[in-house]
Amino acid sequence: MATETIFSPELAARFDKLVTLYPLRRSALVPMLLYAQDEVGYLSDAVIAEVAARIGIQESDVHSVLSYYSMLRTKPAGKFNVQVCTNICCMLRGGNELFEHCSKRLGIGQKGVTPDGVFSLEEVECIGACSWAPAVQINYDFHENLTPESMDKILDEYREKAGK
Amino acid sequence: MAYLTTHPDVVPVISFRFGKGATSIDKYLELDGYKAVQKAIGMGPDAIIAEMKASNLRGRGGAGFPAGMKWSFVPKHSDKPKYILVNGDESEPATCKDRLIFEHDPHSVIEGVIIAGLAVGAKMGFIYLRGEYRYLLKIMEKAIEDAYARGFLGKNIFGSGLDFDAISHTGAGAYEVGEESALMESLEGKRGIPRIRPPFPAVVGLYGGPTVINNAETLATVPHIIRMGGAEYAKLGTERNGGTRLFCLSGHVEKPGVYELPMGYNLKKMIYDVGGGIPGGKKLKAVVPGGSSTPILTPDEIDIGMDFDQVAKAGSMLGSGGVVVLDETVCMVEFALRTMKFYRHESCGWCIPCREGTDWLEKSLTRIHLGGGVDKDIDNIRYLAENMLGRTFCPLGDAAAMPTIAFVQKFRKEFEDHLDGKGCPYAKHEELVGA
Repeated sequence: MATETIFSPELAARFDKLVTLYPLRRSALVPMLLYAQDEVGYLSDAVIAEVAARIGIQESDVHSVLSYYSMLRTKPAGKFNVQVCTNICCMLRGGNELFEHCSKRLGIGQKGVTPDGVFSLEEVECIGACSWAPAVQINYDFHENLTPESMDKILDEYREKAGK
Repeated sequence: MAYLTTHPDVVPVISFRFGKGATSIDKYLELDGYKAVQKAIGMGPDAIIAEMKASNLRGRGGAGFPAGMKWSFVPKHSDKPKYILVNGDESEPATCKDRLIFEHDPHSVIEGVIIAGLAVGAKMGFIYLRGEYRYLLKIMEKAIEDAYARGFLGKNIFGSGLDFDAISHTGAGAYEVGEESALMESLEGKRGIPRIRPPFPAVVGLYGGPTVINNAETLATVPHIIRMGGAEYAKLGTERNGGTRLFCLSGHVEKPGVYELPMGYNLKKMIYDVGGGIPGGKKLKAVVPGGSSTPILTPDEIDIGMDFDQVAKAGSMLGSGGVVVLDETVCMVEFALRTMKFYRHESCGWCIPCREGTDWLEKSLTRIHLGGGVDKDIDNIRYLAENMLGRTFCPLGDAAAMPTIAFVQKFRKEFEDHLDGKGCPYAKHEELVGA
């Protein structure tokens, strides 16, 4: 791979290895996009161009794949992406109310980002926390058996982490 | 973070190492780990498959296909490499069991993959986890690294002269990818669109090679079967439904949780005894027995054993083991709508009946729920759903249609109560939030 990269040296090294693990290079595409998004925040044109070059496919191919996966985004989200599940099991235990609560509290709607860039909000489909509903994922961390009160506490903790 | 809930009726087979620190390879070895794979090396392929068939283990992903049978479809000789693919894209709403396996017993998945590899002659396994399960991916990566360090993976495993490689892989958010052919597409770096079958994956699968695709729970069960013997395992369950499975109890029960219970366990008992009944002294309205795609059951239909055959006889499916309990306050139209909203969102759009069907069904259900529906809408919903059945390349179309037909059939009165501007008699929400 070219020495010029937009990624950190660690991530670039990880990608160098990742493409060699599979019988076909292209198999690394989806994980690569997700890991790149974790570092950069979203899949910018520069990310897509470098990933395409690393795999050896067209950028349009990368676009076609990334548009399929709901976790991949081409616009920045907040530093902490609050993903509220409202699917059936969460809905039965207050998932919709929790989403509304977060929306009011953060002052943003579906896929909105707070002006300070700390939080974004997303209503998501089942995240696999059905027996501990209602549940929310903030970035990759699960928060379960939530109430509006416990949710407030969690949001406060994240705001503190952001230093704002 | 995810944990198993206890109850006196729990039979810990898959879960016997949960909560005991078995993510550590030393602890796993101490708890009889990697003994089954060594036994399997001595047994050889035919004997492994015979044990699997004797175990009556049926696929825990949802379809309930006999696992031993699935393995036996892989041709003995193949010019292309064979593969094992673990389906850990757990995404069926109401299902949260594979999470526990990855979190508490990752080595059992690796051991199951190696045994499957020995049985069919594959030398490489892929463990695919849904993208949301990042913390589990890290646990899995560490487990694989440890297994390589001990020589349990790589060249000449356990000094057998056989090689076996395994890697973990992350998805990035897609329910559809839980369907086996879409799963292969995704692993090959493409959109998760299903493939036309035949050929089936056992013959032409990943990278064109014969591939065994099993749910994570199915493969994590394999070492236990080899350890205890297929016949012993089978005895834990019912006829043609061997062993135990992880049931995910959710919704309106006092004690929701994941419980390992024998196949054939009574559904009513599961709700009232294991789950502690309905909170607040409310009445039971309905039960979804096996994940959101399975037709709903009414209270008079739940005195049944939870195995694939008995639930099928009751007109539904055991599915992925996600049992959702609904009390009397639930609006069935809203529940049907939320279910459909999910399938509309997840439809990959390849087949027209699914792409258009889920969209129209969501629109019709929304209209009824908001009070703008007319009598004809109810019949149209049923007509649309019935015309999706069996007319799509993968089961997502069926998964959307089957529960919808049951909602209308069993709760028609409730749909009618919404008509002609009356709106939702249960109204808690103005309308469903979000996209």
